[in-house]
Amino acid sequence: MSPTLVILLVGSCVAASCALIGSFLVLRKMALLGDAISHAVLPGIVIAFLITGDRAALPMVLGAGALGVITVMLVELFNRSRRLKEDASIGVVFPALFSLGVILISRYAAQVDLDLDCVLYGEIAYAPWDTLTLGGTDLGPKALWVNGSVLLLVLLFVLIFFKELKISTFDAGLAASLGFSPVLIHYLLMSMVSVTVVGAFESVGAILVVAMLVVPPATAYLLTDRLGTMLGLAVGVGVASALGGYGLARAWDASIAGAMAMVAGLLFLAALLFSPSHGLLARLLQLWRMGRRLSGQLLLLHLRKEGEVVPVSTLERRFGWTAPRLRRVLSGLLRSGWVEREGEGLRLTPRGAEVLETTGRAQLAHKL
Amino acid sequence: MELTFTARNVLIGATLLGALGGTLGSFALLRRQSLLGDALAHAALPGVCIAYLITGTKSPLPLFAGALVAGLIGSLLILATVRWSRIKEDSAIGIVLSVFFGVGIVLLTFIQKLPAGNQSGLDKYLFGQAATLVEDDLKVMAVLGAVVVAFVVAFYKEFKLLSFDPGFGSSLGLPMRRLEVLLTLLLVVVVVVGLQTVGVVLIVATLITPAAAARQWTDRLGAMLLLSAGIGAASGAVGSLASASLSRLPTGPVIVLVSSSVLIVSLLLAPQRGILWARVRERQAAERIRRENLLKDLYLLGERKADWATALTWPHLMGVRGQTGRELSRSARPLIADGLAEQIGDTLRLTPAGRKEAEQVVRKHRIWEVYLNRRLELPSDHVHRDAEAMEHTLSELAVAELEEALGFPESDPHGSPIPPRRSQRAAS
Repeated sequence: MSPTLVILLVGSCVAASCALIGSFLVLRKMALLGDAISHAVLPGIVIAFLITGDRAALPMVLGAGALGVITVMLVELFNRSRRLKEDASIGVVFPALFSLGVILISRYAAQVDLDLDCVLYGEIAYAPWDTLTLGGTDLGPKALWVNGSVLLLVLLFVLIFFKELKISTFDAGLAASLGFSPVLIHYLLMSMVSVTVVGAFESVGAILVVAMLVVPPATAYLLTDRLGTMLGLAVGVGVASALGGYGLARAWDASIAGAMAMVAGLLFLAALLFSPSHGLLARLLQLWRMGRRLSGQLLLLHLRKEGEVVPVSTLERRFGWTAPRLRRVLSGLLRSGWVEREGEGLRLTPRGAEVLETTGRAQLAHKL
Repeated sequence: MELTFTARNVLIGATLLGALGGTLGSFALLRRQSLLGDALAHAALPGVCIAYLITGTKSPLPLFAGALVAGLIGSLLILATVRWSRIKEDSAIGIVLSVFFGVGIVLLTFIQKLPAGNQSGLDKYLFGQAATLVEDDLKVMAVLGAVVVAFVVAFYKEFKLLSFDPGFGSSLGLPMRRLEVLLTLLLVVVVVVGLQTVGVVLIVATLITPAAAARQWTDRLGAMLLLSAGIGAASGAVGSLASASLSRLPTGPVIVLVSSSVLIVSLLLAPQRGILWARVRERQAAERIRRENLLKDLYLLGERKADWATALTWPHLMGVRGQTGRELSRSARPLIADGLAEQIGDTLRLTPAGRKEAEQVVRKHRIWEVYLNRRLELPSDHVHRDAEAMEHTLSELAVAELEEALGFPESDPHGSPIPPRRSQRAAS
């Protein structure tokens, strides 16, 4: 396998598993708990290092998983004690655990083959050369094995618990009344976050895991209202960020993980601006159309009230509109055939009256 | 202890930063924006890099300016995204935090490949290297810190309103939105000041942890600000001294662990809000309820036969509330010790003093029943359970006032007599 392919595969695996799990974090408004976990697993990883003495994958995953669950439990303990709000609970727990990890690394630097820079922004570029050997045979890059397994695990988790995750995410009360324990699902999800994070840790680092966890799902969230579609889109955006980021990093000779986050950010920005359903431009357009429709209705109502030909010149003063605005509104109404010109004046057509009648009734029904 | 020049710089810097972080963090904590500081710190990184690329120097002022601008842009983006799209605040913070940081890392790796890049020393902004603090940094910190404190003092009242009741502030005609931006700006300044000392990741702790600890001790904003600044400064001082005297102990993380310990102690032991005291109070309340229930049980069983002299057997009493023998003994022990009940072999009965005590509990119960029945017009078979709870919480004064308001009723809705008020005869 060529090194490039390995990096692309590892990046795609990380992006896909983060996107799947991250979608639920974003929907549950727990994006920052993901951030907290991604930092707080550090001491777990270091302790696993110290105990086993090497970078064996399984103890690391276990150590990180344990710390992830401890983080969630501590945050909830503080939160439930009602002495701290949730944001503050997160804000005090993860720096403390991260500090513990950093101190452990510095104190036992001799035993711990873990670079602090690597903790923050990972080094996916080394992935092809750190290979897994079992009984003397070379099985290929370790990162690929680890992240491939994580992806498989996450996929299984989402497939098996899809219904439970869906219900407890959108309606925790209903989930509880149907007999699913939202608390159990919550802790399962958090354990999966920890596992995903530790898999991604070495490749993209503690902070850029957050980019992979939050940005692609948030992008997908702007594009659809359906959970299944959102998961698919999030994975797509995540993988696109990973591949695009790699290309960018090669072109600029810069950090791969950083470039991935950057591409993800650009994709998010594009969705934020141009999403057909929830983008800012679409919203502006919608507001503008609504304004125009309202103006047209006002004008029709006025014509009906007057009941005869109304000179155009009085309309400007009557509504306080600028001349271009009046022209725009009028041209729309004329084109629809709802009003007609008569000399210098305007008159409501029978069709215009009919339209006014039906929209009025529809709006009334809507209000009732 | 003899301090080296570097250690002295670190000590001054960490103490200063702790005090500033504690002050501004208090507002962030109260406004539930604890993690905004985290996002700002990460967002500042590309600013530092761009400032370096433009000016080519690593003197503190341009880098500060770059970080400041980037932090501000980040915070405005968060505000705008939340206001104008369906993205929620937590996601917005996570996105700005991680994407800005990613851009920063890209720039950083780019800079390190420049000819002069390796000596740029920009990576100290990641984890913070307090040891690289020089006198110039301290001067910048001191000046910016003084400006921040001056603003907080000048706008104290306005920031207080912003933290507790922004709606009321607007109704007074104060420009709350502009004040919010000003407070965020001050927060950015403090975050940027702290980057070099404790680094991107741990900034949030210098803001929030001292504030969260201080919050436990007081309900007054002024006191909280001072206390939070004090805790921050002390954590900074202790942390920097510890890391100076022990080898391989990074300053930032040690400071965070010191302030986290203060937080844990505060959560447990603060006089009003301390979790430990709350537990003690809960236990005391539970014990009082057990005691009053047993008194009442003994009284009611006696009342049924108008005979309080005959002692009741243990199994009989256990049956009343379905208690185990051990539970009953636990309730009975304090009564016996206070001379309110006496144990004769395997039986228990009220002493005259105990009967007086029990009358008061029953009195509260029955007057409350009358109140519910007459004033709230609850049917008489619906009032007992509520009275079971209220008998333990009503004060004697409240019951006396209720009794008067109800026209001194003689019996409860079920026809049982209401015992008289604690007799004054003993006193006269």
